[in-house]
Amino acid sequence: MNNRIKNAFASKQNLLNVYFTAGYPRLPDTLPLAKALVEAGADILEIGMPFSDPLADGPVIQRSSSAALANGMNLPVLFEQLRELRAVVPETPVLLMGYLNPVLQFGVEAFLRQAAAVGVDGLILPDLPLDEYEERYHPLFQQYGLKAVFLVTPQTSEARIRRLDALSDAFLYLVSGPGTTGGTTLPDAEAQQQYFERIAALNLKNPRLIGFGIADKMGFDRACEHAEGAIIGSALIRALQDAEDAPATAARFVRGIKSPVARSV
Amino acid sequence: MTPSSYQQPTARGYYGEFGGAFIPEMLYPNVEELRTSYLDILADPDFQLDLQHLLRDYVGRPTPLFEARRLSERYGARIFLKREDLCHTGAHKINNTVGQILLAQRLGKKRIIAETGAGQHGVATATVCALVGLPCVVYMGATDIERQSPNVARMRLLGAEVRAVTSGSQTLKDATNEAIRDWIANPVDTHYIIGSVVGPHPYPDLVARLQAVISAEMRAQLLEKTGSELPHFVVACVGGGSNAAGAFYHFLDEPSVRLIAVEAAGHGIASGHSAATSVLGTPGIIHGSRTLLMQDEHGQITEPYSLSAGLDYPGIGPLHAHLGASGRAEFIAITDEEALQAVSELSRLEGIIPALETAHALAALGQLGAGCDDVVVVNLSGRGDKDLETYLKNLDKLV
Ligand SMILES: Cc1ncc(COP(=O)(O)O)c(C=O)c1O
Repeated sequence: MNNRIKNAFASKQNLLNVYFTAGYPRLPDTLPLAKALVEAGADILEIGMPFSDPLADGPVIQRSSSAALANGMNLPVLFEQLRELRAVVPETPVLLMGYLNPVLQFGVEAFLRQAAAVGVDGLILPDLPLDEYEERYHPLFQQYGLKAVFLVTPQTSEARIRRLDALSDAFLYLVSGPGTTGGTTLPDAEAQQQYFERIAALNLKNPRLIGFGIADKMGFDRACEHAEGAIIGSALIRALQDAEDAPATAARFVRGIKSPVARSV
Repeated sequence: MTPSSYQQPTARGYYGEFGGAFIPEMLYPNVEELRTSYLDILADPDFQLDLQHLLRDYVGRPTPLFEARRLSERYGARIFLKREDLCHTGAHKINNTVGQILLAQRLGKKRIIAETGAGQHGVATATVCALVGLPCVVYMGATDIERQSPNVARMRLLGAEVRAVTSGSQTLKDATNEAIRDWIANPVDTHYIIGSVVGPHPYPDLVARLQAVISAEMRAQLLEKTGSELPHFVVACVGGGSNAAGAFYHFLDEPSVRLIAVEAAGHGIASGHSAATSVLGTPGIIHGSRTLLMQDEHGQITEPYSLSAGLDYPGIGPLHAHLGASGRAEFIAITDEEALQAVSELSRLEGIIPALETAHALAALGQLGAGCDDVVVVNLSGRGDKDLETYLKNLDKLV
């Protein structure tokens, strides 16, 4: 099978993974946004499946999630929208990110089948317990050719990181510091540096992307010094909040991050 | 007493098919630290010495078991009230917070957070934080801040910071979300004192064990007053289910004792404005636990409604979901109006003004089918001072 995630990491450096909420700012924006983001230079897409109670998310993604739900987004609608996914973004890895409860209600196997059918590559389900994944869902993920992406935090023990690394064959999502998504308080730079170096020294089999609190080109470039790339979410959502033309705004946002221009001080 | 499958969850925190720990990785180290240490700490003789001392001299335990003669006459059964309303701060919630603050100290935590609905758990947490000198932040829905203002004032007087939560329905569910997010942001020095038998394992078991003192005392008191440790009925209201868990705990393995869990029907079960989770809920995940919760067909959690802030929650603890599914407990739903009538009934018959949450349990007395030789214990989980404003607004329904 064509492994879009592996191909992306093999052929590119400093990968930009962009998160956006499906059905936001308007219900039909999902695919036009995906297309615009990829054309502007996004290397991986992470499409958020909105949930009423997103525990790991800060206020920005809480708001985009409830707006998307109010717009009428749900999993059947999302899969309907994504039927054209691979016509629009043929080679870019696409992940679905969301909480477990809507997936459980949809049915885990039905969810995996539909995700695979529309060409999704992997899943980020932060509240799916590792034990549960290992015992019940890992074979199903494999059956449908879907990769699981796990989060690692500064508090995650080495033994657990090694277990996460062994169970995944996509990339590890390094949470940059304590806090939910969209955090603005800068973590202790020295502690963060040590954390990234500690992970790098583990010689893990999976590449790493750094996420949470990365908002601009400077943050992206810094993250790329410690990992294969970075994940940006809340900052894009914030830019989309009052956007007249969401795809154009998203494209401008990505070009601002990926532009080769020397970083401004 | 040997632990049973009802009392004791599995190693991963399951009661039957309910429970577990469905948490993002950011919470894992915190929850894991608690999971691997709570049983040892609870069993430690020094911990028990400190806990027993505080329960006796600070909380005021044992709380009385009062035989309510006029209420008994009204319902034609022998009715006892377990007076948790006489605990320091006015509700059962402090049984849990004294235990958890001692636990937090042993884990070396320097900061305490909590969520609260009715404000009773917030007050009980602020109280023990003052007692041991730890800073305390309480998350409370903006709606609840308004309807439980005396408790907000008490928390502030006790030195706690009350943070208003304006997301969602601005009630207990949203306050819990915000407390969890705070814990994610403060993973090392902070302990989260959850207020009910909800949340990821080991919280439901931890809180149930700390509340179990209620039924341990009941057994001894019943033996003295009735000649038997076992009543025919134990009745308690269920928001998340902590007072009910405590009142049921030492009767779970006594099949002759009927356990009655009373939920809030709000305007009525079919009204669209209700919090009767055992009827309206389906299995799913809320606040890190697989349990019954109110949700739409797409797995989005829906907004509950009850006039009572402490029962206005779209889930129930996994123990109660299991007790319901297995038939060990029976569930009854009581409307706002019925609860208000029970407030005035207990006030006038026994001279005790109950909390609005507790009034739901009292309102179930007419539905038990208890006979005149039957011994019924109602867990009087809290006093009504915090609800006076609500009671005054509803005087027409009270009389
Ligand atoms: C007096 C009283 N009873 C009952 C409850 C409901 O909580 P639980 O179901 O955990 O006992 C509350 C919650 O605030 C309360 O204040």
